[in-house]
Amino acid sequence: MATIQLKNLCKSFGDVEVIRNVDIEIGDGEFVVFVGPSGCGKSTLLRMIAGLEDITSGTMEIDGAVVNELPPRQRGVAMVFQNYAIFPHMTVRENIGFGLTIAGTPKKEKTRKVQEAAKILQMEHLLERRPSQLSGGQRQRVAIGRAIVRDPAVFLFDEPLSNLDAALRLDMRMELTKLHKQLGATMVYVTHDQVEAMTLADKVVVLRDGTVQQIGAPMELFRKPANLFVAGFIGSPPMNFLDVEISPVDAHTVTVRNEMLLPLKLPNPFGGEHIAAHGKLGVRPQYLRLSKDIAGSFLSGEITIVERLGSETLIDVTIADGSNVIAVIDESEQVAPGETVGLSFEIDRAVLFPAE
Amino acid sequence: MRARSRLTQSNLAGWSFALPGLALVAVFIILPFFVGIGLSLTNQRLISPNPAQFVGLENYRNLMGLSVLTIEPERDAAGAIVRDDAGAIEYPRVRTFTRNNPDYPHLQGMREWISWQSRENRVVLLASDVVFMKALVNTIIFVAVIVPVQGGLALVLALLINQRLPAITLFRAIYFMPVVISVVVVSILWRLIYDGDNGLLNNLLGLISFGLIPPIDWLGNPDTALGAIIGVSVWHSVGFHMVIWLAGLQTIPPSLYEAAAIEGASKWQTFRYVTWPGLRNTAVLVLIVITMQAFELFAKVDLMTKGGPLDSTQTIVFQAVERGFRTQDIATGSAISVIGFVLVLSISLTQRYLTRSRHE
Ligand SMILES: Nc1ncnc2c1ncn2[C@@H]1O[C@H](COP(=O)(O)OP(=O)(O)O)[C@@H](O)[C@H]1O
Ligand SMILES: [Mg+2]
Repeated sequence: MATIQLKNLCKSFGDVEVIRNVDIEIGDGEFVVFVGPSGCGKSTLLRMIAGLEDITSGTMEIDGAVVNELPPRQRGVAMVFQNYAIFPHMTVRENIGFGLTIAGTPKKEKTRKVQEAAKILQMEHLLERRPSQLSGGQRQRVAIGRAIVRDPAVFLFDEPLSNLDAALRLDMRMELTKLHKQLGATMVYVTHDQVEAMTLADKVVVLRDGTVQQIGAPMELFRKPANLFVAGFIGSPPMNFLDVEISPVDAHTVTVRNEMLLPLKLPNPFGGEHIAAHGKLGVRPQYLRLSKDIAGSFLSGEITIVERLGSETLIDVTIADGSNVIAVIDESEQVAPGETVGLSFEIDRAVLFPAE
Repeated sequence: MRARSRLTQSNLAGWSFALPGLALVAVFIILPFFVGIGLSLTNQRLISPNPAQFVGLENYRNLMGLSVLTIEPERDAAGAIVRDDAGAIEYPRVRTFTRNNPDYPHLQGMREWISWQSRENRVVLLASDVVFMKALVNTIIFVAVIVPVQGGLALVLALLINQRLPAITLFRAIYFMPVVISVVVVSILWRLIYDGDNGLLNNLLGLISFGLIPPIDWLGNPDTALGAIIGVSVWHSVGFHMVIWLAGLQTIPPSLYEAAAIEGASKWQTFRYVTWPGLRNTAVLVLIVITMQAFELFAKVDLMTKGGPLDSTQTIVFQAVERGFRTQDIATGSAISVIGFVLVLSISLTQRYLTRSRHE
C-alpha cells in the first residue's frame, strides 16, 4: 500500500515547460484520475511518477520517501500503457508472468500467480495464445494482468481504454472499478475522457497546460467547479454559460442580471470586496427545468433542436440574445422545435465566475 | 472492357520499363548460370581449337575425389618395423600407391592432403585436387568465423550507436565509412597495415607490448594469412550490417522497453526479452546475407595473397576464377562455381529452415 505526494513538481522538455508547479496528494488505496484535454501533460505527469521521465524540479514521494532519482523498478509501481506494450513474441502466460520471470520467482509460484491473475481477468482459456491472436480488449487485459501479477502498491494507467470500442470501454471501466475494490491498491489513471474520470475516480485532478485546475471528488467538480475551465470541461453536455452583470448587495450576496435573465440573488462567490462587474453564470443542462410560465421563468426562448436519447431528451433553446442553452429534460416531456419555452433552475445550482 | 484494356495497357508499360533490367539479368545472370552448368559437364577450354566433348561428371570427380589410404610401416626381413636414425617409423612413399600402381587403380593421380598416425600405421587422406579441397575448407572456415564475428560485432556496434548521446551520428558515419571504400583501396591499405617489416599493426603491437611481440608477416605466414583476411573483411563490412541491425532496432516500440523497465528488467534482461526477440527477422537477414557474401570471398584474396602462402587463403571463388580464366580450364572453373552454388543454396535453405518462425 502506498501514498504518493507530488510537491511543486515541474518538468521541461528543453525550453518547453510541460508541467508547472503541480501539487497532488494521493492517499493510500485511492483511485485518482488525471483528466484534461490532449497535450495538457497528463501522460508526462504519470510517467514522472513511474520514473520514465526525470523530474526537472520539485519532489516526488512514495510512502514518504523521495523517489526523484529512483529508477522505475525501485518504485514498486506497475503501469498499463495506452498501446498495451505487451511483448508480441510471448504467449499470454509469458506476458503476464513477465515481472515474475524478471524477479526470478520460482516456477511453481509463478504458475499459481499467473493463474490467479488470469482468473481475475477471466482469461484462463487464452493463456497459451499470442498477442496477435487476441482482440484489443483481450490485449488490454493481458497488460493489466502483467500489472496485477506482481501485486504492486501502485498502479498507473495511461489512457488504457482509449483504443477500445464504446461497449468494451464500458465493460472494462466496470472491471477496473471491481479490480480496484478487490486489490485495494493505489491507482492513478490518466484519461482525456471526463466520463471515465467521473465514473472511475475517488478523486479527480483536472489539468490544463501543465497546471492543476482543481482536485476533488467527481460530484464536487460537477457541482462546484473551481473555474470556468473545469466547469466547461467536466459534465456532458457541457455547462451553459450566460454573460451577466454583477452588482453587490451586501458582503455575502450579489445580484446578477442581463437582458434575458431575471435578476437573481446569489451568494457572493468571490468573498470579501473583490467583486467583478462582469461575470459568467454557469448552469448545467441537467439542472434546467422546463416551465410553462414563460414570464415567470428565469430564461425563455425557442426550441431549435430536440434530441431524444431514450432515457432523456436534449433540447437546444435559442434565447433572446441569440445564444444557445442546452437543457436535459425528462423523456416524457412533450416538446417540439419551434415551441417557445421557459427555463428555470434552483439558484444554488448555478455557479458564478468572474469574466476572463 | 475499358478497365481491362487499361489494365493490359499499363501492364505493357510496366513490362517495357522492366525489360532493360530483365534483359540484363537474363544475359548476365540467368544465361551464364545455365551455360556454367552446361560447361561443367564438358572438357571445354577457354580458347581452344578443339570442339568440346561431353565428359559427364568427370570434372566433379576430379575436384571432389577423396580416398583414405592406410599405409603399413616398412618391415625388414625379420618382420620388424624399420625406423630411421631418429627412431621415426619409415613408410613406403605415398606416390608408390598413386603412380601407376596396378593394385590401387582408384588412387591413380591422387595426392596427399592430410595424414595422421594410427598405432603403427599411417593413415593418409588423398584428394584428387588438394588445392580445391583447401579452398573448400578455407571458405568454410572463413564463413564459420565471419558469420558470428561480423554479425555479433555489428550488433554490438548497433546497440552502442542506438543511444541518444551527443555526436552519435559522427560515430555512425565512422563505422559506416569502410563500407563505401572500394575493396581495392581497402586491400592495398591493409596490405600496408599488415606489412611484415614496417606495417602499422606490427608497430602498434610492438608499442603496446613494449617490443615483446616480434613483427609478424601477417599475409606471408600460412598460420595468420586467413585470419588476416578475416580481419579485413570484418572491418570492411561490419558497418553495413550495423546499419541493418540499427534498422531492426528502430522497429522495436519504445513502450516495450519502458514496460520492461517498469517490470524491473536489468540491461541484460531487457536485451534478452525485448531487444533480441524483436530482432528475429533482422537476425535471419543478417545471417543469410553475411553467409552469402562470405562464400563470395575473392577480391581481397586476389589483391592481398593470391591464394597463398602455401594455399592457406585459397577460396572457392578464387579457385573458380584461377582455373577458369588464368589456366583457361573453363570447364573446371564452371564445375567449381556449381559446387559453390550448391553449397550456398543448401546452407541458406538450412538456415531458413532452422530460423523459420514457429508461431505464425
Ligand atoms: N519527449 C518529449 N519531448 C518533447 N516534448 C514532449 C515530449 N513528451 C511530451 N511532450 C510535450 O509535452 C506536452 C504534454 O504531453 P503529454 O503528457 O503526452 O500530454 P497528454 O498525455 O496530456 O496528452 C505536449 O505538448 C507534448 O508535445
Ligand atoms: Mg497522453
